[in-house]
Amino acid sequence: MSRFLTLCHKELLRFFKVSVQTIAAPVLTTLLYLVIFGHALEGRLEVYEGVRYTAFLVPGLVMMSVLQNAFANSSSSLIQSKITGNIVFVLIAPISYAEFFAAYVVAAVVRGLVVGLCVLAVTVWFVELRVQAPLWVLAFALLGAALLGTLGLVAGVVSDKIDQVSAFQNFVVLPLSFLSGVFYSIHSLPPVWQQLSHANPFFYMVDGFRYGFFGASDFPPLASLAIVFAFLLAVSSVTLALLKSGYKMRY
Amino acid sequence: MRALAGVSLEVEQGEFFGLLGPNGAGKTTLINVIAGLVRADVGTARVMGADVLTEYRRARQQLGVVPQELVFDPFFTVRETLRLQSGYYGLRRNDPWIDEVMHHLDLTAKADANMRSLSGGMKRRVLVAQALVHKPPVIVLDEPTAGVDVELRQGLWRFVRRMNRDGHSIVLTTHYLEEAEAHCSRIAMLKEGRIAALDTTRNLLGSFSGVELRLHLDREVLPAGLPGSVLEADGAQFRLRLASYRDLEEALARLRQAGVGIREMELAPPDLEEVFLRVTGRGS
Repeated sequence: MSRFLTLCHKELLRFFKVSVQTIAAPVLTTLLYLVIFGHALEGRLEVYEGVRYTAFLVPGLVMMSVLQNAFANSSSSLIQSKITGNIVFVLIAPISYAEFFAAYVVAAVVRGLVVGLCVLAVTVWFVELRVQAPLWVLAFALLGAALLGTLGLVAGVVSDKIDQVSAFQNFVVLPLSFLSGVFYSIHSLPPVWQQLSHANPFFYMVDGFRYGFFGASDFPPLASLAIVFAFLLAVSSVTLALLKSGYKMRY
Repeated sequence: MRALAGVSLEVEQGEFFGLLGPNGAGKTTLINVIAGLVRADVGTARVMGADVLTEYRRARQQLGVVPQELVFDPFFTVRETLRLQSGYYGLRRNDPWIDEVMHHLDLTAKADANMRSLSGGMKRRVLVAQALVHKPPVIVLDEPTAGVDVELRQGLWRFVRRMNRDGHSIVLTTHYLEEAEAHCSRIAMLKEGRIAALDTTRNLLGSFSGVELRLHLDREVLPAGLPGSVLEADGAQFRLRLASYRDLEEALARLRQAGVGIREMELAPPDLEEVFLRVTGRGS
């Protein structure tokens, strides 16, 4: 247990020590989205009855920052350790692959939640939000962050260079999160795009998370939670198998 | 690519063991197999009886490795690095030992310095300290003195020898053959992934090298019938290779019989470098 705790502690220390880059910067980026999209579209769109567009936007932006930062944490930490070679200190220690997995994912979840909470705290000045079902909010935030933290771990394991991790981030995580309904309800999309959105796991995370705030969603929240959980299980099994095999870590 | 082929050796508990060989001979690969960083296609490796794959926790708990590459985590200070490393081995409150290790490696003044700010030699000391935080019974040092100044070298060897006296087994790879000669009781020489020689340092020196006799005579011709072989002749100065010290008596007798006077004489003890070059096929 103390091995896992130490590795987790190290991962947390790592991002807290550079919190301007790992917490403040993503919070600022998200606020810019809020200011720009909120001002441009406020009054033109009403997704749910009685919910202002800016209010609709906030939970989606919070969830997007949770997801992107969870991914960024595990992927960048691992690829940096691999490139600089200091991953060897963990690899030669009696740490099991399951402990390794858990430590990276827990740290990614913490980073995601910290950034998400900061975004939420700052947006209080812009919009009035009431959380109708906090447990749904928490459940989606935790599972979503865990899923993206795990995906980040996969990206870190399979990549040899920082560019490859960036490609993962720019060509997979970013498009999927932008197309997940953060800025709109998928019901406003043409049927084809609606169908495609259902194939995007990020959609269920954002939609379910938003349900916790408004009590309304595009998809039943319990079904969304089940889908996110299934994704988490599938990706975790693949990741654990990768780590166990030592793929691109032990030669 | 096959890096190791049929290497079979056992290091006894408490031994100071040297692993020598030219670049690419497979020394680091062998160490990485023991450390679990590389998985051998066939064969097994054990640390204190624990298989490095099936009982990896027990094996790694008993092993401290100083990697050859100068790696460090730029996010942390020296003390944080050592505390984290202790935690990886399940040790939560390890500060008394961390302080002792830092003291012996002259790191105390740098305890709160960030790893990034340290010189190469200092980073090397931290690497050594990291390998020792959990007091492993087996310590592997992969080229620990590469690029390190004389002062640290001496301090490092004092500390490692102390650990060895306290019962820790040491496995050392080095390019500095005089270090292996000075510290190791037994040596394996690797060549192209195979063991080319494996014996006690004393036997290796004795069996391969013989004795070098350096003579400065009162004339420029060597009398006939001297034992051994002439390595070099430069005017009245000669270097002879004798098979053993026993040949010395005969050599001196021949010189006396021929009436040749000796101005200067020197006996060079067996030299590991010579053995190394011969074993690895690089010598003449």
